[in-house]
Amino acid sequence: MAKTISLAALAVALTTTTAMAAGHCAAGKTLEDGKFTIATGNPAYYPWVLDDAPESGQGFEAAVAYAVAAEMGFAEEDVVWVRSSFDEAIQPGAKNFDVNMQQYSITPERDQVVDFSAPYYTAPMAVLVGPGATETEPTMAALKSLKWGAVGTTTAVPKLTETIQPDSDPLLYGDNADVNAALGANQIDAALFDLPTALFLSAVMIEGSKVIGQFPPDENDNPDHFGMLMEDGNPLKECVDDALAALTESGKLAEIEAQWLQDTTGVPLIK
Amino acid sequence: MADPKAAGMTRRERYEADQRRRSLTVAATSTVLVIAAIVILVPLAPGWEKVQRSFFNGAVLADTFPKLLDAFLINVMIFAWCAPAIAVLGLLIALARDAKSPALFPLRIFGAAFTDIFRGVPVILTVYLIGFGIPGLGLPRPWNSPYIWGSLALILTYAAYVAEIFRSGIDSVHHSQRSAALSLGLSERQMMRDVVLPQAVRNVVPSQMNMLIALQKDVSLLSFIGPVEIFRQAGVFKSLLANFTPYVGAAIIFLIVTIPATRYADYLMARQMRERR
Repeated sequence: MAKTISLAALAVALTTTTAMAAGHCAAGKTLEDGKFTIATGNPAYYPWVLDDAPESGQGFEAAVAYAVAAEMGFAEEDVVWVRSSFDEAIQPGAKNFDVNMQQYSITPERDQVVDFSAPYYTAPMAVLVGPGATETEPTMAALKSLKWGAVGTTTAVPKLTETIQPDSDPLLYGDNADVNAALGANQIDAALFDLPTALFLSAVMIEGSKVIGQFPPDENDNPDHFGMLMEDGNPLKECVDDALAALTESGKLAEIEAQWLQDTTGVPLIK
Repeated sequence: MADPKAAGMTRRERYEADQRRRSLTVAATSTVLVIAAIVILVPLAPGWEKVQRSFFNGAVLADTFPKLLDAFLINVMIFAWCAPAIAVLGLLIALARDAKSPALFPLRIFGAAFTDIFRGVPVILTVYLIGFGIPGLGLPRPWNSPYIWGSLALILTYAAYVAEIFRSGIDSVHHSQRSAALSLGLSERQMMRDVVLPQAVRNVVPSQMNMLIALQKDVSLLSFIGPVEIFRQAGVFKSLLANFTPYVGAAIIFLIVTIPATRYADYLMARQMRERR
């Protein structure tokens, strides 16, 4: 196997003048030869990307991106960042990125239209409450009576309507900032986010808010596995998956997680 | 063009009938050609299959359409309470701008500033500012509801447009009408209410119909501040299914409402033109 790979790589190295390290599976599979184009959100949020500057490699997703790129044989300067919305990521036709990283949850429906890498993070859903509802018990019964909000484009919506089933209709928003505004204006009591985002929002963005609980990561309940999004049938998928597997095995992925995502065990489980 | 009459047709009538037949044939042929070109050529495009799967997916449409219809009821509801408020406020602003008495000059300034500001600012900005800003001041529930303040944003913006249309209607009533009314001994108020406004409002009905249609679509902007109306519901489905077909479904529902409304506005406009001739 190793022999065939190096032979193929030799052939590629002989026929092209890429700057890429030899022996590489991504050769000729990226948008631009020798470059690895990664898309992120606009803006990209903490703690996934620090200061909306993925080029710095600061923040969980930015760090994972550079680690995966390095694993695939790309030098740091060969990583190109672009911005994309969710809609751009799923529209039919050519994409302007090789992979897209912005906390995409892997779902079977989405998988029919685009490809996902192996998951690089599994995020429990967490409940962020505004200043007026910090005394709420982390029980399902107490959660039902709250006025809920969520970002309409996320998997928080089915979680909300199917698992929590609140008494009043939830309000849905376009992005995190709008949910913050609604929490700040006391239009909603609580919002559902992935845990790292919820912790960040409560610590930095919304004064007086609190993360009162997280949902236990139950496999039957389809927890949020974050994957890198790729165009359907992208030949790069295998390569990216291998890189992620190598990073998981070497403990590098866990190391990055420990560095950028704070310890989440202190948040009580919702009963 | 029945046979027995054909003999009695003049040369000119025969010529005209011939011309009509010819233009009908040409119109039919060109329409068929264009439709055939679209139906045959578009699916030949290399990306058609993907586009069809993401925008015109029958299974997704059937799945989401009933829930989109439910969500559309929220649009209808918001529209139902906004439209009358807009009509009243718009008329008041138009009257304020028409105030002739020097003592009422501040009212004229207010009317002008109101239309300048709310016509000049994009609707979505007004919706954001009022929808999040005013409740942010610390209003208790339910008075901080996005339905209330979002609707107010729509009402203010549309009242500014509607006021301008009313004003053009008021201006379109010839000045001699006012003079005549005053010379008959009517007060300024009676003159406006009984002479100018009835004509003015009738003149602008078709234009106001267009505003209604525009409002009907802009109600969706309230989705930005929370209400799950049809556009947001379609967006939720779009994200979950990674498919744009729910948007097409929403568009179909909008068209079912707007096309008859547009035709009716056209009809009113045409009738008005006939009456003026």
